[in-house]
Amino acid sequence: MFIDLLKIELFKIFKRPRTFIAFGAIAVIILLVQFALKVNGKDFVQFYTDSQADTFDIPYEKILNGYFVCVAVLHMILIHVPLLVALIAGDMISGEAGLGTLRLIAGKPVTRTQLILAKFSASTVYVILLLVWMAVFALLGSMLIFGTEDLVVFRETDMHIMKSGDVLWRFFAAFVFAALALTTIAAMALMFSVFSENSLGPIVATVCVVIVFTIVQQLRVPVFEETVNPWSFTTHMLGWKGFFYVDKNAEGATIAGSVENPESLVRSGLILTGYIVLFLLISIRSFNKKDILS
Amino acid sequence: MKKMRVLFLLLFFSAPALYAQEVRTLLQQVKAKYDKVNDYTATGKMKTNVIFIKAPVATVKVYYKRPDKLKIKNESGVSFIPKGSANVNMNNVLGLSDYEAVDGGTEKIAGISCRVVKIFPLSDDESITRSTLYIDETKLLVMKSVISTKENGTYELLMSYKQYAEWGLPDKVELTFNTRDYKLPKGVTIDYDNGSGKDKPEDAKNKKGKVEIAYSSYIINKGVPDSVFN
Repeated sequence: MFIDLLKIELFKIFKRPRTFIAFGAIAVIILLVQFALKVNGKDFVQFYTDSQADTFDIPYEKILNGYFVCVAVLHMILIHVPLLVALIAGDMISGEAGLGTLRLIAGKPVTRTQLILAKFSASTVYVILLLVWMAVFALLGSMLIFGTEDLVVFRETDMHIMKSGDVLWRFFAAFVFAALALTTIAAMALMFSVFSENSLGPIVATVCVVIVFTIVQQLRVPVFEETVNPWSFTTHMLGWKGFFYVDKNAEGATIAGSVENPESLVRSGLILTGYIVLFLLISIRSFNKKDILS
Repeated sequence: MKKMRVLFLLLFFSAPALYAQEVRTLLQQVKAKYDKVNDYTATGKMKTNVIFIKAPVATVKVYYKRPDKLKIKNESGVSFIPKGSANVNMNNVLGLSDYEAVDGGTEKIAGISCRVVKIFPLSDDESITRSTLYIDETKLLVMKSVISTKENGTYELLMSYKQYAEWGLPDKVELTFNTRDYKLPKGVTIDYDNGSGKDKPEDAKNKKGKVEIAYSSYIINKGVPDSVFN
């Protein structure tokens, strides 16, 4: 029965033309970034390496490879994808309420909990498909256009170089983690959706919450860094980047297959899972108590 | 008595010139040994130990052609090669024609007693401003060199020799150099805070970087095309 519900919800999502706006937008953004880096990629790399150009010979052409471009694309795009997820997940309950079909589906011989879980699962499938689409364009596309080489990841105070053979599993792990992060957004948008009678409110509320917490995180002032940031989901949503921070041995050489701080990734994953469970429990409890009038 | 005084003064004032002549002869002998190599292609493993770079051990090829062409290439990956690596080639110092050499006494390097020779190029066109060589006088090998350049700061090279000692080619070179602070503007990279930055005991300012190349093989005097150095 649950699978049937899920199929119905997926049908509803992919029947709407606006669902495909997200796929189109992602493809256009990625192609634009790839084009820009193909034309002016050296300038882009120079921005990160300029302070060391007097000390080292910088292999600009080698740094600008498909893996590097994919990380750059993900860095630019993943901050904005929550908006695209909110567009769909924020509409899941409130959209039905707005159309007047919520009472109809609540009257089916399924529990409201099953209904919420089906809508959440459908949102998760949408998130995963969005990331697979992103992987095809950003990773495979960049590999085809720019070729493959060792991956250099620039951080604020250091840079990490990974052998090309030690990179693909990191992308896979990063995409899985990004799916978890975006599912958190989907769960939050779904929760807001339960309390609303129109789609716009939950979508705007979700985007506003993400913006507020992202700004609080980026302010990087001690008062927030010690209190809000350790528990803010926007802090942990960046966990996908952690798979590109490599550990080194006592001699300073990187260890193949390592990540700098796996414990923090596990912690971030657990915190995001906790948020998903919390948002789902609130959604289920509220929806079960909801007096459906539309 | 008067003759003795004159002889003493003569010896006193001519001694530095004699020592300078002695170190020049030593340098010429060392140069003659290094000049046996016209070119080489070497394969080795390069370890980079710079506080802000995390890099894997790289397989590199080192190309050299007399008098002063040297190129280190990582042909199967990305490496940040220090610009001072050109000084791995001792001909940069030994090939100087117009210089002052001063005997700096002896010092032990890796348990070997070495003659310390300070070299000051006289021409303003040279990129090197001064250099100190630590020479094993019995084997005529440069064990250590400290080279100050006009543009790229000071480099320290520590060499150890085994099977290619007769050519004056090291089996291992450790290049130590000054590094600049690496810091990107806040908010550019939007890093994931995994707690690793909080327990860093020191910042990267004014720290030394080190690159170590362990050579596994040399192909000597078989020709190296000029295109390699472009």
